[in-house]
Amino acid sequence: MSVPRTAAPPVTAARGSATWRLIKTESTLCVRDKVGPLWGIGFPLILLIILGSVSDLRQPVEAGGGLTYFDLYVPVLILFNLAVLATGSLPTTLAGYRENGVLRRMRTTPVGPARVLAAQLVANFAIAVVAMVLFLAAARFGFGVDLPKHLLGFALAWLLAAAALLAIGLLIAALAPGRGPATAIGTVLFFPMMFFAGLWIPIPLMPPLLRNIAHYTPLGAGMRAFQDAFLGHFPSAVPLLTLAAYAVVCAFVAVRWFRWE
Amino acid sequence: MPPVIEVRNLHKRYDDKIAVDDVSLTVQEGEIFGILGPNGAGKTTTVECIEGLRMPDRGEIKVLGLDPLRERAELTRRLGVQLQAGHLPERLQVAEALELYSSFYPEPADWRALLEGLGLADKARTRYAKLSGGQKQRLSIALALIGSPRVAILDELTTGLDPQARRDTWDLIESVRSHGVTIVLVTHFMEEAERLCDRLALIDAGRVVMVDTPTGLTERARIGQRIQFRPSRPMDDRLLTSLPDVSGVTRRGELVIVNGNDNALNAVTTVLARNQIVAEQLRVEQASLEDAFVQLTGKRLDPGPR
Repeated sequence: MSVPRTAAPPVTAARGSATWRLIKTESTLCVRDKVGPLWGIGFPLILLIILGSVSDLRQPVEAGGGLTYFDLYVPVLILFNLAVLATGSLPTTLAGYRENGVLRRMRTTPVGPARVLAAQLVANFAIAVVAMVLFLAAARFGFGVDLPKHLLGFALAWLLAAAALLAIGLLIAALAPGRGPATAIGTVLFFPMMFFAGLWIPIPLMPPLLRNIAHYTPLGAGMRAFQDAFLGHFPSAVPLLTLAAYAVVCAFVAVRWFRWE
Repeated sequence: MPPVIEVRNLHKRYDDKIAVDDVSLTVQEGEIFGILGPNGAGKTTTVECIEGLRMPDRGEIKVLGLDPLRERAELTRRLGVQLQAGHLPERLQVAEALELYSSFYPEPADWRALLEGLGLADKARTRYAKLSGGQKQRLSIALALIGSPRVAILDELTTGLDPQARRDTWDLIESVRSHGVTIVLVTHFMEEAERLCDRLALIDAGRVVMVDTPTGLTERARIGQRIQFRPSRPMDDRLLTSLPDVSGVTRRGELVIVNGNDNALNAVTTVLARNQIVAEQLRVEQASLEDAFVQLTGKRLDPGPR
């Protein structure tokens, strides 16, 4: 047996940069993991189709600015996708990588473990973009729901929401001692977050106290910003700043506390 | 020529447990250097400090002239590492892992040839989680060699491999060394150390007991030969016990077992010939490294995998 010292030419040609390969690999793994595609895209998409077929939900919501119940569910499901990725997919994978020594093994390579983390974030972000576009398109072409009237405002609100949620996912991965605890923390966080996004009761119908709390939760703030954008306004400052604050604080704490092994 | 690895007075403790008390060793270019010792002796902590995965409490380490902590980036390009439990994402396929890791290095080896050499070619599309223990082990060896390293540190190289796979792996390691790669081997397999290593450091309780060639270690332990035979006709043990080169004679059924120094065989055969006794089924065993180890440290090596 001998070990040739240099790569054959076709291998070299096919070899992209390490970062790009990592992103590709982590994306493939995310798809194989099924949590993101199934619970993050498939499930909310089916929910969207079912809800879109219920004619009662086409009534305008009181204090909803002319939006119907179903109109409000479109952004709720976009947030549902982000929440699944942030509380289910991302922290479980990263905590598993730490537990199984994947990050430790990476420490002995020239690339280092931080880029694995970055590649995971990019992969989840990519899945989120696909989901968001898919949901908007399904609602628009399947059920005649107008696209957000203020597209730029919507894009900004979505980016901030994605940043806030991924930072929360990173924080869970940083604080959880292992894969099991990460899954548990994620699940426990998911339901209250989705409640305040208005999955069960639309925010405009909540009692004032709950509505006020909702506005300062990450998904409630996201919902408020989305609603503005759907109605044609640039989102107001408070929800945007709330999202930005979540993103910055969670990311900061996560980076400070993250352990590679 | 400066040594490839130089460790001086390494000391490392975890909380209140001293993992490495005082270890110094040098590894020369192109050699296979073994680090041998029982579980908990401090072998793995020592190599983890060399790899830059742990920060020593005291002592100096240079690898290829580089500081493992301060010059990590440069070191990781030239040092191949196999961790005791090599780990990859569960759903990553074998070929994907090799392709990914080869993109990390400036001059990677041909991963297809490595795959072939380690007998994993038919597993290229198998997910990491579906591999057997031995296959995972071989993949982690491939990943340690993928960057065409100048030095490779292999921790528990063949643990979990069956005898055939173990011998194939030894062949591979010898072929890697013949390309000029310096290899540090952490092991508790005597056979492996005897077969592969040019020099060995015997580590016990966080200290280097001695550094020598496998033969040198055996000689230093002063255990000579063990001779075993069936006499062709009844004989008196005193014929042999009276010989100065013989230290002991025991019987097991029809077999006579003689312990003695390196001249014992000569003396025994001469006496037998003089008495017209034929030594049937004659077997001579050299003291093994294992015997030497027990002699030198008063401990057994852990025979099983962790």
